[in-house]
Amino acid sequence: MSDRVFVAMSGGVDSSVAAAVLKERGDDVIGVWMRLVPGGGEQLDAPRCCGTDEAGEDARRAAAAIGIPFYALDYADVFGERVVGRFVHAYASGETPNPCVACNQHVKFDALLGDVVRKFGADRLATGHYARIGTERSGRRRLYRARDRAKDQSYALYMLGPRELARVEFPIGELEDKDETRAIASRFGLPTAAKAESMDICFVSGDYRDLVRSRAPEAFAPGPVERHDGTVVGTHAGIGALTVGQRSGVGVATGERLYVLRLEPDRNAAVVGTRDEISRTTYELSDVRFVAGEPPSSTFETSVVLRYRGIGIAGRVDVHGTDATIELRSPALVAPGQAAVFYDADEVVGGGVVNPDSR
Amino acid sequence: MERVYLDHAATTPVDPEVAEAMTRVLRETHGNPSSIYAEGRAARALVDGAREQVADAIGAHPSEVVFTSGGTEADNLALRGRLKVEDGRDGLVTSAIEHHAVIDTARDLAAHGQARLSVIGVDRHGLVDPEAIREAVDEQTSLVSVMHANNEIGTIEPIEAIGEICRERGVTFHSDAVQSVGALAFDVRKIPVDLVSINAHKFYGPKGVGALYVRRGTRIATTQTGGGQEKGRRTGTENVAGVVGLGVAMRIARERQTSESGRQSRLRDRIIAGVTGRIEDAVLTGHPTRRLPNNASFCLAGTEGESLIVGLDLEGFSVSSGSACTSGETEPSAVLLALGLDRELAKGSLRVTVGRETTEAAVDSFLAALARVVGRLRSATAVTV
Repeated sequence: MSDRVFVAMSGGVDSSVAAAVLKERGDDVIGVWMRLVPGGGEQLDAPRCCGTDEAGEDARRAAAAIGIPFYALDYADVFGERVVGRFVHAYASGETPNPCVACNQHVKFDALLGDVVRKFGADRLATGHYARIGTERSGRRRLYRARDRAKDQSYALYMLGPRELARVEFPIGELEDKDETRAIASRFGLPTAAKAESMDICFVSGDYRDLVRSRAPEAFAPGPVERHDGTVVGTHAGIGALTVGQRSGVGVATGERLYVLRLEPDRNAAVVGTRDEISRTTYELSDVRFVAGEPPSSTFETSVVLRYRGIGIAGRVDVHGTDATIELRSPALVAPGQAAVFYDADEVVGGGVVNPDSR
Repeated sequence: MERVYLDHAATTPVDPEVAEAMTRVLRETHGNPSSIYAEGRAARALVDGAREQVADAIGAHPSEVVFTSGGTEADNLALRGRLKVEDGRDGLVTSAIEHHAVIDTARDLAAHGQARLSVIGVDRHGLVDPEAIREAVDEQTSLVSVMHANNEIGTIEPIEAIGEICRERGVTFHSDAVQSVGALAFDVRKIPVDLVSINAHKFYGPKGVGALYVRRGTRIATTQTGGGQEKGRRTGTENVAGVVGLGVAMRIARERQTSESGRQSRLRDRIIAGVTGRIEDAVLTGHPTRRLPNNASFCLAGTEGESLIVGLDLEGFSVSSGSACTSGETEPSAVLLALGLDRELAKGSLRVTVGRETTEAAVDSFLAALARVVGRLRSATAVTV
């Protein structure tokens, strides 16, 4: 294995420090920035998106400060199709997508990793993700939460399998805390004023619903709001604007707090219920993946995390092919389209995408 | 790692003699050429000397040389300055393979109602047919602009024949000679051309300085206003060190033109034979013989430009794909599409341009590296399909 490693640089401090750590280690480091929105960034006005021109300039300056070669490569097609396109489609069909998971799965650790290995002949790709990889003596690689739990991003990396893990590195997942990150940044003269971490959708600057509305206007037709038993209690402005679990805004007259229980796009209906009615213990998953390549066994006990940096809920997973059923010990609410990730203490076991409610 | 630079069409290293002359100016001559006292006169003498050197190199009179900030400004001044003349003419005829500095300026003029634009296509080798120019010219044509040699594919255009037609029809003729001046003999006493764009950094001079040759009697209007330097045709305090560098670079280029053109053509032909012989589905772009002595350009099926450049850079070789100004765009080059090449094939374009310091050994190591990189890219594409 050569010591040539590509580092995906977003222009932010984390991926810049990742590149600096590898450079200090003596690796042959190549910085690469991915253009994710078409040139000029005009189509999606997103000031904080790592794939816009301004971020590319930041990445270029960081690479120069670290003293590594740098390339800006174009991945706007794959990002537009597999992340933005699917995001719009998911909302329009009543789901709540996780674009970070989609970007990791299809853009960073598929398109980019594939190019790094096959086109550019390098062995490894590093990113600025907060997660850790451990290598056993057998060579098996395991994926763990970052040391700095407050910054952990392992939730959005559950789809990495043995093929990917063998070629991936997360240098900053090993760092203790942000003081250590800052120290490395200042050694290399990188801008240390950490930009506010984006928890929003990187490719929309305002309300994501405006993007969905412009691409899928059909998802903004008014429809009925119903209770579980079919009683119509109001009207909604369009499924594309709704998320399972959100307060519905109806039922004020009765004094009940009602939440969106499920969305039925085929009849354009939103079903609402009380908190008790919507929290469940059983969820069906699809596109289930395991870090080890296969599940520990067809049925196993695990800790299920249902949102970014969420708290684990004890539960059992029944795997059937690429689908799975999870049975939680205590009720929880998660929208279809979101990721359910399995942990064993700090180790990521795998995960899958929550299916729409079929009731 | 030792680098091999094979992108001389993008820019060339500054000749040591040029750098020395410029440094001397920067250290010793601080005057403004417009000032009448001693320091000003010293600076004026340097600018005048440079103007003579440029004029000598192309067979012009010094008063016909207007210094600019480079090729782009020279092209803009030629097109905008000519079209601005109020003589009842508004026709602008140009070719489909011009540099952005010409074609985008022409389109901008047309979009703002300042020109009636005709864009003439080219054959599969990138040649403009002079007869097509004859047909496009009418009584109201103000300017014909056809480049001397193409920056991407190296094809040398028949500007003598085009110039003759323009002269017969009484139409002003501009040629962007940014790629050819310095590489080819260029004499305005032999070529019937009225306006010629020149750029110093393409022939071992500094970046940011160039010239527009304006044949005596050719009417162009100024496009910027100010202190009236360059007889009002390009106002602004002269870039003294820059024009001195341009003058010296031009003199050296003329001295070495014959020997370098022969030596570089042999290296170019070695690259063409090596690429077309060793790499399957490699197509030479541009004319097989009427091309710049230093330009070998290709389309390699099953590759794409960006990956070729990155792959070769990682191996220590600097080359380009299409024109450097268009990098970052995923669209194939307009020049290659104008040749009638398939879009997919045009994405795999590669331009290799040799220079004074290029050796045969460097060419051979490049050919070996290219074979490795192309092999890897093609097998990568095969896996993902």
